[in-house]
Amino acid sequence: MIETPPALAATAGGSLLVLAILAPVAGILLSFALGGRFAERVALGLTPIGLAIAFAIAALVWRSGAPLVYNVAGLPPPLGIALRADGISCVMLAAAALVIAAAAFYARANFATPKGVMEARAPLAFWILVQAVWAALTILFVGGDLFNLYVALELLTFAAVPLVCLSGKPETLVAALRYLMFALFGSVFYLLGAALLYGAYGTLDIVLLAERMRALPAVWLAAGLMTAGLLAKTALFPLHLWLPPAHANAPAAASAVLSGLVVKGSFFLTVRLWFYVLPALPGGAAEAVLGTLGSAAVLFGSVLALRQERLKLLIAYSTLAQIGYLFLIFPLASGAHPWVADGWSGGIMQTLSHAFAKAAMFMSAGLLAESLGHDRIAEFAGAGRAMPATFFALGLGGLSLMGLPPSGGFAAKWLLLRASVAAGQWSWAIVMLAGGLLAAGYVYRILAPALSAGAIVLEAPPQRSREAIALALAIVAAALGFAPQSFFDFLEVGRAAATALR
Amino acid sequence: MSASTLAGLVGAALVGLGLYGFIVSPQPLRKILAFNLIGNGAFLVFGIVARKGAAAGFPFDPVPQAMVITGIVVAFAASALAAALILRLQEETGNVLLDSDAPAKPPGDEAGAS
Amino acid sequence: MSILQVLDLGLAILVLAIAGWTIAARELFASVVGYVAYGLLLSIVWIRLHAPDVALTEAAIGSGVTGVLLVTTGARLRGAGGVETAAPPRLSQRLMAGALAVLVAAALAAVVLLLPEPAPTLAPEAREGLAATGLGNPVTAVLIAYRSFDTMLEKVVLVLAVVGVWSLAPDRCWAGAPAPLGRARPEGALLFLDQALVPLGILVGVHLFWVGADEPGGAFQAGAILAAMWMIVMISRLTEPPRVGARWLRLALIAGPAVFLATGLAGGGMAGGFFAYPAGFAKPIILFIEAFLVLSIAVTLPMLVAGPPRRSPQS
Repeated sequence: MIETPPALAATAGGSLLVLAILAPVAGILLSFALGGRFAERVALGLTPIGLAIAFAIAALVWRSGAPLVYNVAGLPPPLGIALRADGISCVMLAAAALVIAAAAFYARANFATPKGVMEARAPLAFWILVQAVWAALTILFVGGDLFNLYVALELLTFAAVPLVCLSGKPETLVAALRYLMFALFGSVFYLLGAALLYGAYGTLDIVLLAERMRALPAVWLAAGLMTAGLLAKTALFPLHLWLPPAHANAPAAASAVLSGLVVKGSFFLTVRLWFYVLPALPGGAAEAVLGTLGSAAVLFGSVLALRQERLKLLIAYSTLAQIGYLFLIFPLASGAHPWVADGWSGGIMQTLSHAFAKAAMFMSAGLLAESLGHDRIAEFAGAGRAMPATFFALGLGGLSLMGLPPSGGFAAKWLLLRASVAAGQWSWAIVMLAGGLLAAGYVYRILAPALSAGAIVLEAPPQRSREAIALALAIVAAALGFAPQSFFDFLEVGRAAATALR
Repeated sequence: MSASTLAGLVGAALVGLGLYGFIVSPQPLRKILAFNLIGNGAFLVFGIVARKGAAAGFPFDPVPQAMVITGIVVAFAASALAAALILRLQEETGNVLLDSDAPAKPPGDEAGAS
Repeated sequence: MSILQVLDLGLAILVLAIAGWTIAARELFASVVGYVAYGLLLSIVWIRLHAPDVALTEAAIGSGVTGVLLVTTGARLRGAGGVETAAPPRLSQRLMAGALAVLVAAALAAVVLLLPEPAPTLAPEAREGLAATGLGNPVTAVLIAYRSFDTMLEKVVLVLAVVGVWSLAPDRCWAGAPAPLGRARPEGALLFLDQALVPLGILVGVHLFWVGADEPGGAFQAGAILAAMWMIVMISRLTEPPRVGARWLRLALIAGPAVFLATGLAGGGMAGGFFAYPAGFAKPIILFIEAFLVLSIAVTLPMLVAGPPRRSPQS
């Protein structure tokens, strides 16, 4: 038996990583077998367990300051599959657990099995699919093997696409089909790239690949194919066409999960690819291309968001813009410069704050649509007085989108701005400032009519508990703005080794 | 030219053919056919990688072959989901073309969001 | 050039020609039929690549079951009001797509030819671990032992696909049965096929499962063959797709992944690691898991082909 090198050795507590994945997987199987009301009970019962595991993993990594590693089947890579949780895995696991738990409790009002029937279609599907999203994201955040991550990407697709068309309305079916097409294109291109990497290095383990990585033609082609596939799944401009109809037409709880978390799954994998697998490639050009596409997305998405008549579509277009900011991490956090720490912190903070802010906003939009019977912004007059908590959550989430303090969005954009100024890459800074102004414009467009005087009759007042859930998420997004330096140090755990390779 | 090199070239050509069909076909079921062609191309790349990795008395490296088997099953599941979606869409709208940007909306659907 | 090389070249050209036909054919149905033939030829390519396990999977699932799915879908689309012929895309769009396709294919071909020699491989590691699993077929060992985590998750993907497909049912049909796969009562030829082929197919399926531990075959291929037999019986209307609310169906669908997951969890306590097998007991445990995988695959594939429930549970 060959001695396992230290970089590949399992760590104490690593089994938590397997449990974090298996808990929602077991939930899927149990919900499907028992059916009916049990699906909801299993999913809701799982949320505290999942939260506890996610925070336990984060606590272990925080305390040791080193990644948590587990080799499945006791078999280290290259033959076996490794799971690894570093700083960014931990914060994403925690964010996913919180947003999914919130969405699940929020969704109870929409997806309860009606009285008098054993089982109904939409509730059964929703409760299973939401657990599947959780399982898939968990693997994406801790997976250490690119093929295992491919299976997770597929799991995510199969969970996310049916969520879009749960209502069965024709426009949701068109949106879901278009989403599926983009997602399938993305998967198969990712797989093609993985095949080339295996052909070049005989492994798909991220740590082993990084050690062996050289700038071969196969590697460049693999990087291009995989990135193209992941961008289609993340809906980065110009592969964004599917996102607005899909996210705007899904049920509100599903939109919150899709916009807040699901697109982050493929983004996270793009980060893994460029910062952990490929850091040895001579950098610059690819990162600049990703940053440029992100900038285009910021401007394009914001301008389109400004022009929307319906609230949910506006929020969906704003997701396009906010995804754009994420991709500034590539030019601003790669290489061995003094400013890359700011770029890295800013990019990850943007991922987190957008997850909470956008989930809160979609949930609030869902409450509005249910109470008003529509979501046409022009007819919101007086709604702010009738539903103050809902609009407060919308406004608080809006702060993160604009990048105004106090919010995680402010911290994120401030750090990215500082990095781009320090790097002398002024174009990103200009894009960020323009994006902030445009975001202020579209958030104002939502709030201004709502705060104006007007008589409005609610079809039904919103449930206090559901307003509280949306507000709680918005408060988390705002509170991220007060993250201390130790939080940003935590994001660097496990990254030092990768950057040292340069 | 060896059988495996030839298979690699077939794989590359299948990816090209599939990509072309995937982009230009307005009929979603044909897009699914094209998607399967691209998938087969990717599997063949794994296949020649496996064949070139013959060692230790095996005429192939079993790891990429196992990945292909997993991939074939997943591709089938994707095709099945897409097929069900296409059929339901046709039933609702009588139209399954993805190109029209404004899908037929049934009358009386005003609220839209829920 | 040897005869084998000429045959290889001919095979390659034929595969690409039929693949091109499936893209170019005007009739949707014609291209679907072309795809089935293409899939069968492709499995010969896999044999030539010394990949009998993949060839079996490609023939059974990639060509066979996918073929039935596409033919059924094509027929249902036609039956539900005809497949309208869309206006062909603009020339500029076709040219751009063509250029992109040629670029990707050319880059891929070049890179594939340039892959390093000698190729990196995990074959020695796979051989070294084989003894501990008690298996003779290294591909089965990768699927059920070394990378069993992938395989378990892929089975969950199949369950999710079923949930996704069923979620597309009209609400009034929930818990009912999918539409029948065949149209009318069977004719003589089909009945003969049932009587002659189905028992044989079941035998082949069971055989593939049993030998899969040491020779080409295994849970995937065996499950797919059994699935095909069930589909033949359903197409000839000797039996109908079951109601999606049926308890036995749910249990059969999740049995494979559930047993896989449970043994994987138990490994954490008994074999020193999740998804590890206790020394000396690997092979019986693997066969136990595979038996349930065969069952689940045999039930899942036909249900995915049959589609969402279309008949209300009362009827």
